[in-house]
Amino acid sequence: MKQRELLMDKHSLDLALTRITHQILERNQDFSKLGVVGMQSRGVFLAKRIVAKINELEHLALTAGTVDPTLYRDDYRMALKQPVVRITDIPFDINHINLILVDDVLYTGRTVRAALDALVDFGRPKTIQLAVLVDRGNRELPIRADYVGKKITTLPNQEVALKVAEIDGEDSLWLTEFEEGD
Amino acid sequence: MGLSSRHLLGLEGVSKEDIELILNTADSFHEVLDREIKVVPTLRGKTIVNLFYENSTRTRISFELAEKRLSASPLNFSSSSSSVNKGESLRDTIQNIEAMKIDMVVVRHGAAGVPHFLTQCTDAVIINAGDGLHEHPTQALLDIMTIRRKLGRLEGLKVAIIGDIFHSRVARSNAWGMSTLGMNVVLCGPPTLLPQPMDSIGVPVTFNLDEALEGADVVMFLRLQLERQASGAFPTIREYRERWGMDTEKLNKLSKNVLIMHPGPINRGIELSSDVADGPKSVILEQVTNGVAVRMAVLYLLGGGENA
Repeated sequence: MKQRELLMDKHSLDLALTRITHQILERNQDFSKLGVVGMQSRGVFLAKRIVAKINELEHLALTAGTVDPTLYRDDYRMALKQPVVRITDIPFDINHINLILVDDVLYTGRTVRAALDALVDFGRPKTIQLAVLVDRGNRELPIRADYVGKKITTLPNQEVALKVAEIDGEDSLWLTEFEEGD
Repeated sequence: MGLSSRHLLGLEGVSKEDIELILNTADSFHEVLDREIKVVPTLRGKTIVNLFYENSTRTRISFELAEKRLSASPLNFSSSSSSVNKGESLRDTIQNIEAMKIDMVVVRHGAAGVPHFLTQCTDAVIINAGDGLHEHPTQALLDIMTIRRKLGRLEGLKVAIIGDIFHSRVARSNAWGMSTLGMNVVLCGPPTLLPQPMDSIGVPVTFNLDEALEGADVVMFLRLQLERQASGAFPTIREYRERWGMDTEKLNKLSKNVLIMHPGPINRGIELSSDVADGPKSVILEQVTNGVAVRMAVLYLLGGGENA
């Protein structure tokens, strides 16, 4: 029913996250004002990896936060089934810091918009910067990423799926496609 | 992911999966209550009528707060200040309110079955906030949520529910919900205030407090309506307190980790002595906090998606 194409394996995924980490550190050199939050659910795992790399490179002890944009979505009335509400947990003060928002796939931009609304309820960061593993285009809102692992062109009948070791037993990024009749 | 029913009329017949979905969602909403800004925009533009034909403080306030925290627009209706006094029927009242374009109705009524009846005269989503001697599902859900958050599990736990079981919709909803989740419920109270075998909910019933408390992980006391004494259900308040009330001396004989619960409002010195009600084993105020989270979860799960 779905064709699958491997976009990134474990190694290239790790290289991309390492590069993003270096770019984040280069742009935000005041580490006392740096925070990282991952978007539920897959972005949380990427945020944790980026934070682990930051801590290792700069001998810091940052903790990744999590944000769930579900309650701020604009499609609550249209969705056929309500999405699962997950935990938002930001264990640091986001006021006046440079906050890195991490997600796996940037597509229409609607989830990011919802996450921005959610974050504003927790405070007023100095900046919010967006880091994504994949930018698959087809934006419906004026939103762009500051850090991108891989940029690809996709069709609306395709999906990009991240697998992480914590849930799926392996790290990999896949392009899948719905066929007619699916 | 969604509930398999459009309405929440009771916990009888509600599946384990649905109850767990509500509890998990409520856990996520509990976090919202700890934020500095305790409001999320999820139900913006939804109008919810709180239709209360019976007195209620905490349930009505809890629902109203849950609605406001989700950015819905609540409309409060109480029978004492409405056309009900002019003889308007329930069906007419609800159809008139529905004509004003409302989305959901939270209803409390002294007659069992009113929420079910309302589902037949309106398209709005109906949530039961207590109907007669039938059910009070959100109270049972908040009780179960409190137990799960405190003890970390549900299956296999023994819960003793003590007091006026016969007149308690809280006991009925809890008995249904807890049984579905694999918990062992025992009901205990004066013989005159226990359900007759005919109307048994299918859980063990006893008159003997010690028997009910034996090995209990959770003990829930129900409010004793004092006017029941006048009707001859038990001889004196003092006898009731001695035989079915809880004080420190009795509490010390129970398991070290036992939870003491009460749906409120408490008759201090009757069901519970004050040192028990305010003591370290009491989770009564946590029940109240969790009530808002549970009601937010129910409103969220019933208020969107296919129901919109």
